[in-house]
Amino acid sequence: MKFSRNITIGQYIYQNSLIHKLDPRVKILTTILVIISLFLIKSWFGFSIIALYLFINIFLSKVHPKFVLKGIKPLIIIIIITLIIHFFTTPGEVIYHIWILNITKEGIQRGLFIAVRLFLLIVATSWLTLTTSPIALTDGIERLLSVLKFIKVPAHEIAMMMTIALRFIPTLMEETEKIIKAQMARGADFESGNLIKRIQNFLPIIIPLFINAFHRADELAIAMEARCYRGGEGRTHYRKLMISIADQIFFITTLFVILIAYLVVL
Amino acid sequence: MFIHLKNVFYTYNLHMPFQTEALKSINIMIEKGEFIGIIGHTGCGKTTLLQLIDGLLEPTEGQILIDGIDIHKDRSKLKEVRKRIGLAFQYPENQFFEETIYKEIAFGPKNLGISDDKIKDMVKNALAMVGMDYYLYKDRSPFSLSGGEMRRVAIASILAIDPEVIILDEPTASLDAQSRDKLLALIKNLYQRYNRTIILVSHNMEIIAELTRRLIVMENGRIMMDDTPRKIFQESIEKLESIGLSLPPVTNLMYKLKKIGKPVNSGILTVEEAKEEILKMVKKK
Repeated sequence: MKFSRNITIGQYIYQNSLIHKLDPRVKILTTILVIISLFLIKSWFGFSIIALYLFINIFLSKVHPKFVLKGIKPLIIIIIITLIIHFFTTPGEVIYHIWILNITKEGIQRGLFIAVRLFLLIVATSWLTLTTSPIALTDGIERLLSVLKFIKVPAHEIAMMMTIALRFIPTLMEETEKIIKAQMARGADFESGNLIKRIQNFLPIIIPLFINAFHRADELAIAMEARCYRGGEGRTHYRKLMISIADQIFFITTLFVILIAYLVVL
Repeated sequence: MFIHLKNVFYTYNLHMPFQTEALKSINIMIEKGEFIGIIGHTGCGKTTLLQLIDGLLEPTEGQILIDGIDIHKDRSKLKEVRKRIGLAFQYPENQFFEETIYKEIAFGPKNLGISDDKIKDMVKNALAMVGMDYYLYKDRSPFSLSGGEMRRVAIASILAIDPEVIILDEPTASLDAQSRDKLLALIKNLYQRYNRTIILVSHNMEIIAELTRRLIVMENGRIMMDDTPRKIFQESIEKLESIGLSLPPVTNLMYKLKKIGKPVNSGILTVEEAKEEILKMVKKK
């Protein structure tokens, strides 16, 4: 049993490109703006502008489009289900009739529209994670959230939790594999039996995994305190984030594209 | 039992950009009643080898035969293999998950579909084998034990399925001296009194020298030497040092005495033997 191979969420692909060099804050903000615009846009023209914009971004980032498509794969079922639900539930001009269900013209239009919206949402977010390293991403989030410090948002703590979580994903994977093997050596069988039996079979994996994770968390906390970790107050960064001219141009271009997509109705 | 590894190769992440060859053309024959030590540097493939023997990994190339039958030919045979071969990983207490020691040890036999009355006897036996009192410990939580006790319960949970071969990966890692000695006495007992075949991986040369009867030295995924510990510690000292392995302290002492011209035998494995040799040397004067 190998789990490590199947995880692609939040995968980062390193390339030496303009997009990779952009400030993470700018990338996060533009992604959020694109996501908002996708919910506001009401026209196919608007969608095609955004699609073109995302396509150019991916092209500039030199990341192979197959990685973007890989991110869509697990969500394809959700897209299909929304498509089908819209087909049958939207009232309007009936064009096809099956049993007690009616497919309407408006339903097809709406369904396709929403499917394209979902598709573009996924592309926009995977563009962000594919071109931004997890560390840069958490750094960016920390800096963006620190704007909200006056309403007591613990920006540094949130970012630290994210960094630690990301750091321990591979460790926990490795550990899971080790525990599975150890229990198999004691005759455990994870590959047969009915559903309930199979779920029960996972207890001998999950319990040790949790216990070890708690132990590790404890040790990590002590190790951090031993090195005088005291939270975000007065803490400096090794990599200073700086907004360059390229960042500004990128941000303004994005704003411009979104405005065109939203305002121009053909 | 007769374990035969025939030209076995194992590669991690096969056909991936980061594939690594962990084992290369391994040939080993293991007879019933042997006590084998395996030494080698971290990352030389020891743990991979142990997992292959227990049928937890499938070799990329080559065959693993037990009683002349390829264990990967028929997947339903694997459970049978794991019943006959008990494998205790490094830090085996990290797999505890039950609320009582009884249930923890009963996990193995239960998986093999053994009836409850019989399981009780097996748990009793297993605890006796590791020198722990059944009535005193059976209802305690495995998490309430000391490090040494935890290790012994973990090993008991392997012994409960009554394996013919017992594989131990660094069984004494991070134990205090007293718990370590207790555990070593227990392993010796398993070999001498219960006639189990034992495969022991350790970085501690003293333990290897004292306990094992056959020593396999691994280097970079290959078997470098396979002989009695006495012969290896006597004749292949340079070879051992060249791959960064040391001699057991007493062996090293006698080797150095001989090197400066004292009339002693090298290839000494225990303190007892060393004492005799030194007394002989002193008397000669």
